[in-house]
Formats: sequence, structure tokens, C-alpha cells
Amino acid sequence: MTDGTPGFSRRNFLATSAASTMSVALLDRGARAAPTPAQANPREPLKLTLKINGRDRELSLDPRTTLLDALREHAGLTGSKKGCDHGQCGACTVMMDGRRILSCLTFAASAQDHDITTIEGLAQTDGTLHPMQQAFIDHDAFQCGYCTPGQIMSAVACVKEGHANSDPDIREYMSGNLCRCAAYPNIVDAIKQAAPQMKEG
Amino acid sequence: MRPFEFERASDNQSAIATFNDLRSADIDAVNAQIQYLAGGTTLIDLMKLDVMKPTKVIDINALQQANGNIEFKNNGLRLGAMARMSQVADHADIQQNYPVIAQALRLAASAQIRNMAAIGGNVLQRTRCTYFRDTSYANCNKRAPGSGCAALEGVNRSHAVLGVSDQCIATYPGDFAQALMALDAQVELDGPRGKRTIPFASLHKKPDQTPNIETSLTPGELITAFNVAAAPYAKRSLFLKVRDRESYEFALASAAVALDLDNSNVRQARIALGGVATVPWRAKEAEAALAGNKIDDVTAKRAADAAFADAKPREHNAFKIELGKRTLTRALLQAAAMEVPT
Repeated sequence: MTDGTPGFSRRNFLATSAASTMSVALLDRGARAAPTPAQANPREPLKLTLKINGRDRELSLDPRTTLLDALREHAGLTGSKKGCDHGQCGACTVMMDGRRILSCLTFAASAQDHDITTIEGLAQTDGTLHPMQQAFIDHDAFQCGYCTPGQIMSAVACVKEGHANSDPDIREYMSGNLCRCAAYPNIVDAIKQAAPQMKEG
Repeated sequence: MRPFEFERASDNQSAIATFNDLRSADIDAVNAQIQYLAGGTTLIDLMKLDVMKPTKVIDINALQQANGNIEFKNNGLRLGAMARMSQVADHADIQQNYPVIAQALRLAASAQIRNMAAIGGNVLQRTRCTYFRDTSYANCNKRAPGSGCAALEGVNRSHAVLGVSDQCIATYPGDFAQALMALDAQVELDGPRGKRTIPFASLHKKPDQTPNIETSLTPGELITAFNVAAAPYAKRSLFLKVRDRESYEFALASAAVALDLDNSNVRQARIALGGVATVPWRAKEAEAALAGNKIDDVTAKRAADAAFADAKPREHNAFKIELGKRTLTRALLQAAAMEVPT
């Protein structure tokens, strides 16, 4: 996983294709519609620095931007996923100062001065996967994979918090991460494999 | 989401000072044009839904240092309002000496949300009534006073049976507030008109004819702490929550109970109910039914009947009366059977 490095990716490919098919419609609309009037009370974008995966990122953001949108749309880190965007599914889970939080219910501006860790920041720099990432692969702990970055971030926190001592404990403390493919039994198995490895490491 | 101005406050006074220019100081704090932002788990959600529309948001997370402490004193417990739900839930001394507080918080929301949400904001979380949250319904007396209530004749399975009015039947959704209710907590406030302390029981307002007025807080008033006395019933206390799924779900019925027993005779019982009422609900009739009596299946059931004597069900929520009674009965008997450290 690259850290927002431009290059060929499924996401860039889709974005480019979508833009090329939309351009005709947009040009047509632009010719007829009046330009958007300036806001009566213009609000300057906020210039802020977010520390993401150990790196300072300078961003210029509308105050409404959530941490999730800042990560995905502005910092190019699309690992964190937008599921419900209302704090009900856990797909957007990231760490702030080592504690798991929901990036969809956090304004990016509130995340200044905090250490943010996303799924992109979990593996070692040489590409060696975090024990939890490896355990998810070993136990086939996903099907479609959409909830997986959030599941893994949450699972790492679950172990660090000391809440991975039994199956019921894991289920209770992972309940904030929904998986519509219902890979739950395999997720529990993956966490049980990674927990002792994390303690050793 | 509508545009807003964003500010980060560095201390209580600068946070409160942002309200100095606000004209309509007579409205409830939850409807003010300026809103404090702590964990954001209610506010940002409702801003995305266009239910809450502040023009200015004051981020108070920097007040964690000043207002986030958990302190034990000779006469009780002081919980700083910026403490996060998980900090309080995981606190070993609270688990032992005030179990109803730790349990109510541990059974609420998800691990992520408990890491985010400050306990001051938690008690102010807004109802989960679908008609309140979905602005495509025009009729909501909370959102638009005088517009009516779509829930009265709508799908009201999750709605309240206690404390309802003909204007609103929205359920108070939280759990922690019931623990504070049962333990007779006090709320420390700071605001544009100075500091004051109020009983937790007077924080929330029943809907009556003005469901849009949810609390007794005026705009700019900031909850800084909760104080809980070290009463004899605090150690023998618990929170029981019944819901549609085992975890990460709001209560259909819940009971926060605290008992002071002389052998099996009840010196004092404290009971608050959740999931069934429009506000955190103190069940004084049930407490009175128990006081001075031996606690057993019969008296616990009698107390539960008393708690729901005035319940007013609608089309889909009548089941909550029986469920609420059984929840309370079970909670009382479990509390009576607790082994309490001395």
C-alpha cells in the first residue's frame, strides 16, 4: 500500500473514466447556469496540519470536512472506508493518539495536534504486515473486504486495551464494526492469533 | 452540511465568552446557534442530517486537562465532564464502588464511540426518534415547534410510555444518565451568567407542551462536572439493559438500581428507568413500594408494577410496559443478591 503516491490505481482509473464521461454534461450545464454567487459570509478554508502515520500533512480544508474525508479526499489515503458516515458501522475507524475513534464523526480541524494512524500506517516500512493484518489473511477474516481496514484498526486497539481475552470479550469489544458478509467467526479467530504475537512484538 | 465557523477554545472562560454576543439567551442550549463540540458523536451526526444547524461550533476538546479528571473524595466521586465514556467505564475504583456508573457506560455505544464521547455531552445526546432524525418528515415538535408529531400515529415501537405528552413521545436514548439519576448526582455548570450547581434530576425536561425545550441549560452553559455522593446504596448498584441485539444498541428497557439493605430488608432503594421514558426516569413510586420491606420476588414485582402504573402505550410500544417491569424486577433481585465489598 503506497502512502498516497500518484500512479496507476483502481481508484485513479475510475476517477478519470468518470470525469471523462461527465465532462460533456458538465460543460452543457455550465453554459446555461449562472455562476454560483459568492457566499454572503464567505468562510475561509482552514489551513491546518495533520500528523498522519508519523508524517505532517498540510491541508487547506472547509471546516465541515470530517477527518475521514480529509484522509480519503485530501491526503490520498483511501484505506479508511466510508460506510454509513454516521458512526454506526465502524468502517472509518482510525487511531487518534493510539485510541480507536470514528473518523466520520470527527472534524479534521479537531484532529490537529493529535497523532493519527490509519490502516496505511500499520505495516512496517519494509512492507512486513502487522500481525493483525497477517492474521486476517491467514483466517480469511473477510469476504468483500470493505469493512476490513476498520476491523483491523479496531482489532489492534481491542488487543491493546486488554479486551481480547475471550471470545465473548472480543465479540463485545468489536461490536462497533459491522461486517455485512458476516465474517465474524473468522475475525474472532484472527484476533486470537494476533493477540499473543502483538504482546511478544 | 451547512457552513459554520469553527473555533477551538483553550479554557472554560474563552469557550463561554463566545456566547456573549448571542441575543436569544432564553432558549434551551440544544437549540442555540452556537454549539460546543466535544466528542462530536451526536452533534456531527445531527449536523450531517440537517437536524442541528449551528452557525458556530466551539471545539472544547482542549478543556480535557481542566475538566477531564476523575476524583475520589471522602464524601464521594467527582467526574469531570470532559472524561471520555471509556475512561470512566474502565476505572477499577468506579467499577467497584459505583458499579451502576461503570456498567451503564460499558453497555452503551461501541468502543470507538466510548473513546470519543465526553460524559458531559453524553447526557445531552438527542433522541433516536426516526421522525426527529429524518427531516423529510415535516411533523416534529422537537425540530419544528407546533408542527405536530409524526410518531404518535406512526411506527412507534421504540418510543416512550412514561413521561409522554400529546406533543411528543420520543425516548431519551442514553444509559449513563439513569445511573446519575439513581445516585442523585449533582451537575456543576459554568456559563455566561456564572457558575451554578443543579440536581441531575432537574437537567432534563419532560416534553409536555414544549418538546423542543429538552434541558434546563441556557445557551453557553457548560457542564463541567458531575458529583456523586458516597451513599450506602452506591456499592450495591447495577445497570441492566435489554435491547434488540446483544451489543451496540440502544435500550428497549433498562434499569439502574441501587439498594441499601439491612439483611434482606430495604432501607433505601434508588431506581431509574431508561428506554421507556422521554427523560431519564426516576421511579419514586417503585422506591416507595420497596422501602421498609423485605426484597423478594413478590415485592420486586410489586415495585415494578408501581413504576409503570401511569404508563401510556401507543400502537406498537405496549410491549415495553411488560418488558420494563420484568427488566426492573430482574435488576432489583440481582442487586439484592450482589456480594458487596465492605
